[in-house]
Amino acid sequence: MLDSVEMSSADLSLQGWQKKDLLDTDVLTRDEIMLIMQNADVMAGVRSRRERKVATLRGRTIVTLFYEQSTRTRASFEVAGKALGADVVNITASGSSVGKGESLVDTVRTLEAIGADALVLRHHRSGAACLAARHTAAGVINGGDGTHAHPTQALLDLFTMRRRFGDIAGRKIVIVGDVLHSRVARSNLWSLVALGAQVVLCGPATLLPRTIGGGDFEEGRCEVTTDFDAAIQGADVVMALRMQKERQERGLIPSLREYINGYQVTTRRLERAAPDALVMHPGPMNEGVEIAPDVAHGLRSVIEEQVANGVAVRMAILYLLVAGRYS
Amino acid sequence: MSERVLFRGARVYDPGDGLSERALDVLVADGVVAAVGLDVQADDVRVIGATGCIVAPGFIDLHAHLREPGFEQKGTIATETLAALEGGFTTICAMPNTEPAPDSGPVVEALLKRIARDAHVRVLPIGCVTRGRAGKSLAELSELAAAGCVAFSDDGNAVADGRLMRHALELAGALGLPISEHSDDPVLDANGSMNEGRVSERLGLPGQPAAAEVAAIARDIALCETTGGRLHVAHISTARGVELVAEAKARGLAVTCEVTPSHLYLTEDAVAGPGGVPVYDTNARVNPPLRTETDRRALLAGLEAGVIDAIATDHAPHAVEDKLCEFDDAAPGISVLDTALGTLGLLIERGELRMETAFRALTAGPARAFGLEKRLPGIGTLDRGVAGDLVLLDPSARWVVDATRMKSKGKNTPLAGQELVGEVRAVMIGGSLVFERGQVHA
Repeated sequence: MLDSVEMSSADLSLQGWQKKDLLDTDVLTRDEIMLIMQNADVMAGVRSRRERKVATLRGRTIVTLFYEQSTRTRASFEVAGKALGADVVNITASGSSVGKGESLVDTVRTLEAIGADALVLRHHRSGAACLAARHTAAGVINGGDGTHAHPTQALLDLFTMRRRFGDIAGRKIVIVGDVLHSRVARSNLWSLVALGAQVVLCGPATLLPRTIGGGDFEEGRCEVTTDFDAAIQGADVVMALRMQKERQERGLIPSLREYINGYQVTTRRLERAAPDALVMHPGPMNEGVEIAPDVAHGLRSVIEEQVANGVAVRMAILYLLVAGRYS
Repeated sequence: MSERVLFRGARVYDPGDGLSERALDVLVADGVVAAVGLDVQADDVRVIGATGCIVAPGFIDLHAHLREPGFEQKGTIATETLAALEGGFTTICAMPNTEPAPDSGPVVEALLKRIARDAHVRVLPIGCVTRGRAGKSLAELSELAAAGCVAFSDDGNAVADGRLMRHALELAGALGLPISEHSDDPVLDANGSMNEGRVSERLGLPGQPAAAEVAAIARDIALCETTGGRLHVAHISTARGVELVAEAKARGLAVTCEVTPSHLYLTEDAVAGPGGVPVYDTNARVNPPLRTETDRRALLAGLEAGVIDAIATDHAPHAVEDKLCEFDDAAPGISVLDTALGTLGLLIERGELRMETAFRALTAGPARAFGLEKRLPGIGTLDRGVAGDLVLLDPSARWVVDATRMKSKGKNTPLAGQELVGEVRAVMIGGSLVFERGQVHA
């Protein structure tokens, strides 16, 4: 049944893929990023068919291991794995031996012994995915670790931009909000500048990095500023980050009100952006805080498209990591 | 009882004279250094050929965590003092973050009994500044002094309450003892797990700003001046901190400080590893954190200038499970006693540290900082007829760190696989030959 709708293998490529894990975008070469994009295009094709499933990873096991709550990343990986015909096992920290005090390393080894080909790990500690990857032969996909990295989000963001713009070299991409504590911003920065984009990191001074980001990269460039109204001028993409209320409690910002006044993405502010500018958000949104509701659901918003593209990009990544192991 | 030993043909480091140009003989008899010179003749002696080696006073460590009582899974008095012995340390000062913590006379007395039973080197206890190291009320400092404590510290924690710190300096000062302070502003450092800067931002780890140490040292120096007490800044790690201590010393305040081999050799980059996928090396997590290359250079310069009095290990053994975990959840601390000399040897070989500077900071420097010569005459020297603790080392021996072979129970070193330079060949304590390694050339 599934075989009848197998995609043509000529469309997919493992050519040049050597990595066991996907831990962050900063360890990907430009060619590796383009290989993911190319495979994601094929996967998006699969997802647009009437039969949205193939058997490429039939008999393979993918485990999602989530130490933090998540809606879209977990569901997106589960759908992606199943769309490739793999068996998907979902584990959350609260319903597992993690609650009994089992260490991350032991948990990962246990899941490998059970037969996991790939582990998707979401964890509240930075570096957790790097630790897990060192202690298992299974492929580890970083589904977000602390305030470090969220590479699959960055890659689906890139895919979404490329679907609208084609090549993103020279495009101005403004990432606004709590950049310092954002794994999404960090991972996006590395992949965007690798492809030649002009990235602007923008937010209150307490929420901006002081040592990373600024200056010229091999291909692209990055600027760091507290002035959102200047930064948004001519922007091709405005990406708002989730603003956690905890930042106010810790005294990093005086009030949400002051944050909103300076950094909320509003219709009025968007008038200064490029006419075809995209509005993006990694979710979950605090509508009315970092983004005005009319903008979030307005014509320029591609936020739902990001979510849909996430499945195709994660299919591409699972394909590279899991099919690659047996090729 | 004590042997008669003649070290034949070694260069000799004596804090009074520096490192001898020529190879000399060192005779130890009746528990003390009896003679140092050319062609020393003596009967009934064991001759140890020491060509190419150096004889120095036994090393003194002002800052080690032995973990006993309370944390014997990390280390014991027996295991950690064996590591000290083979590392050339004949005297170590034990930090009080044990359970129970030595915050009263009876706890210190019980500790000294265990030391007398198990220790391979001299162990001098450091008492708590506050009860239970909780930072709320002062421990009974004079009782601790009477029991044998050589200094006071809440190490691991700063004495955050400035008023308590002031009174501690006053009371300890009257006893003639220093406060060895973990100078840190715990509010500024809250939740941080590594130096705040380039690497912490890249790795997404919460940072400990240099300002947290600098501000605390400034406070502690001000309180030292107010009280006339004695301040010893433990494990100094920042360039600006060294400047503050230099200024305080220039003004004649009773301020001393120490630096660890880890901070002299490693930087924040050790957390990330050599490149590519970051390692998040929990063995490089230490408090205060490894800092920048600029800080490291300033620490080396401060040591050379004599601003930094001592090299102290901050030896902190941990069990495997304390480190085999997420970086932010890892216990801070490095197991150092096995690797201290070899790390310093590497710095000497690179031309970053002078050998005499290193020896001074391992012997006379720490002895003076804690006033140890008053209780142990001749300590940190080769004074004829007085000193009986000495170490024979081969300064050019090369060896590769294999954590599983370290004598410390704590295998938590970020130097595994690293080639180090310099190895201890023999150790005498109180004129007795208590350790010999391998073949010593005759």
